[in-house]
Amino acid sequence: MLDALDATILARLQFAFTVSFHFIFPSFSIGLASYLAVLEGLWLWTGRAVYLDLFKYWLKIFALAFGMGVVSGIVMSYQFGTNWSVFSDKVGPVIGPLMAWEVLTAFFLEAGFLGVMLFGMNRVGKGLHFTATLAVAVGTFISAFWILSANSWMQTPAGHAIAANGQFVPVDWIALIFNPSFPYRLVHTVLAAYLTTALVVGGVGAWHLLGGRKTEGTRVMFSMAMGMITVVAPIQILAGDQHGLNTLEHQPVKVMAMEGHFKSHADGAPLVLFGWPDMKEGKVLYDVSVPKLSSLILKHSLDAPLAGLDTVKRSEWPPVPIVFWAFRVMVGLGMLMLLLAGWSVLARARHALYDWPWLHRLALVMGPAGFVAVIAGWVTTEVGRQPYTVHGLLRTVDSVSPLEVPAVATSLLAFICVYFIVFGAGVHYILRLMSHAPQHGERGPDTAVPARAAGITPAPAVAANEGTG
Amino acid sequence: MPIAIDLPTIWAFIIAFAIFAYVVMDGFDLGIGILFPAFAEGRERDSAMNSIAPVWDGNETWLVLGGGGLMAAFPMAYGVILSALYTPIIAMLLALIFRGVAFEFRWRDPRHRRYWDTAFTLGSIVAAFAQGITLGGLLQGISVDSRVYSGGWWDWLSPFSLLVGVALVCGYAMLGATWLIMKSEGSLLDHAYRLALRFGVATIVGMAAVSAWTPFLANEYYLRWFAWPQVLFTAQVPLLVAVASVGFFFALRHKRSYWPFLIALGLFALGLVGLGISLFPYVVPRAITIWDAAAPDKSLGFMLVGALIMVPIILIYTGYAYWVFRGKTGHEGYH
Repeated sequence: MLDALDATILARLQFAFTVSFHFIFPSFSIGLASYLAVLEGLWLWTGRAVYLDLFKYWLKIFALAFGMGVVSGIVMSYQFGTNWSVFSDKVGPVIGPLMAWEVLTAFFLEAGFLGVMLFGMNRVGKGLHFTATLAVAVGTFISAFWILSANSWMQTPAGHAIAANGQFVPVDWIALIFNPSFPYRLVHTVLAAYLTTALVVGGVGAWHLLGGRKTEGTRVMFSMAMGMITVVAPIQILAGDQHGLNTLEHQPVKVMAMEGHFKSHADGAPLVLFGWPDMKEGKVLYDVSVPKLSSLILKHSLDAPLAGLDTVKRSEWPPVPIVFWAFRVMVGLGMLMLLLAGWSVLARARHALYDWPWLHRLALVMGPAGFVAVIAGWVTTEVGRQPYTVHGLLRTVDSVSPLEVPAVATSLLAFICVYFIVFGAGVHYILRLMSHAPQHGERGPDTAVPARAAGITPAPAVAANEGTG
Repeated sequence: MPIAIDLPTIWAFIIAFAIFAYVVMDGFDLGIGILFPAFAEGRERDSAMNSIAPVWDGNETWLVLGGGGLMAAFPMAYGVILSALYTPIIAMLLALIFRGVAFEFRWRDPRHRRYWDTAFTLGSIVAAFAQGITLGGLLQGISVDSRVYSGGWWDWLSPFSLLVGVALVCGYAMLGATWLIMKSEGSLLDHAYRLALRFGVATIVGMAAVSAWTPFLANEYYLRWFAWPQVLFTAQVPLLVAVASVGFFFALRHKRSYWPFLIALGLFALGLVGLGISLFPYVVPRAITIWDAAAPDKSLGFMLVGALIMVPIILIYTGYAYWVFRGKTGHEGYH
């Protein structure tokens, strides 16, 4: 039993590690693919060279991020079988087809057109190249659709039955795909990807503005990013609120952990701002709370009763401190994003968007905030589903492969080493690309030949050639 | 043996097709990785890399379809096979990471290009070797108890599985060399012809050795290959391999551009047919048939709709992507 538990924890650590690393790249590339499509569309529409420069600038970064997303994603599609074979056997008939649809409708679309998008600018016409960029952008969205449907089914299963052999089998595909939490999760996650990308673009723009490299490209990308955050951050907060209410309806225990509500409150539950949830004691230590506010947020009434973890058996509790803190990290960063959005609106109204260094400093610091928020949100929802893989129906300990501890321990160690070396190098290269301000006549990945080792050579002739294809 | 056309059978063929598409498509780009140290630094390496940079990602997607399809269509087999072959599968995944990022990283970091070239080569060799071991480990049998794998984590290791691993590395190198014959010019082209000859011989010897060994792994394989009267049918496979081999060397000697690659594909197709003869309808030999492992028809039918609509479309735009980058590749990327 002890060994089984250890192998399970190791397998969970491995999945958490590989999926968290993987999730960083798509959460960036979903947004970046759309941004690239917008840039190329604006270039074709207005003919302004700055959009083409920005397109080529971000395309090089996209190529790196996308490549890392692909290779870390292949790992995910095999982790289910290697480490979670019992889960795969039981759940395969339900979520397997969703993943197969993802591969068929999204992955091939992205991969098929990525080559044309990266290297084909001068081989196909402008229109076809734009089509390829759009296909990649649409592909990333379709991919999010299917994988989030599968994930949402694990959170709020619907449309299935349980067969005599213990397998989950589909009964109603529409109910299964559009399970209760799916629409909320899809909107919340895709908006998060857009915000993440906008924050990165804004952070890079801010870095160059602070460094005095106020080129046209720098200004355009900073302005576009701040505009995007201004639109998306408030919508995202609303979407997150709705997602939370949906979770309260279908997975109340997760919300109890998020809120740190160990005890039930008959007449209005407090909002715990900070504190340390102690699972042994069954209470939040050192808490700072606002009376009745939690009832107001979750039930829209000051005196509404809210059940706590004391109404649930301890064996059904998720690890409360992780869920509690991950949730606070996400919400806190969301509020900072709103602050950045508001500040940028003020600066824009005063025609000082490119002139306020403290705004730029905040934008710079917030550059990686999207990634942290996305991972924190992911941890909140996934750890909050514990101790189940399929909420309420299949326990995590009953999902794991019959593996020996050394096998899982060795592979976990190998994953950690390889990911830190490879993705560490990748992030280093991305940062190095970002450290150059976008130039007039920016070169794309298709000219990534040894000659460019000498550095960026923004010859006017090159720009003229590339404009005409 | 009569083959009923039911959903599990159709899906067995679709997954076999996906695996074949993966093996030959990623096979040639892994092959280029395996051959990479044989190319001179600079132009030769850059041209070889450029010939596969726009397509490797799509090629690798077939691996995801094979894995994802197996999970969806035959979930029990997916769980059993992947946990039984845990070590080679994880090794393959890690190796694919190294060689996948090397495509971009080697351009981004000229100072460390040698390291990423080495990562590209080692990643390609380990991935190919691990895939061969996986196949060998599957062929030699997996112990199963009440829907889960019941063996240890080193059961896959045997002289047979290692032999299949080596044979597959040679086979991918042959595919890579014949791909380069189509895509390269000058000194690299001459080099590719020499490598194709060398690895063609190695592949055919490897195929012969694996084929000769397989019937003696288990009596059932022996009967499938040598029992009368189906030996009349099964004997066609080695005969066709012999004919294809002669054609391969003939095409190399006459410096044909496309035939060596096409015949190499034919050799892999014959290998797949041979595998089908040994395995079908088992997905885990002597333990799990496709019908034991199949997901319910409701799952298979839903996916079949997707496959029937999407696979032809995928083949069309994959074909288009290859068409865009047709012809010989320069060393300076695509202008």
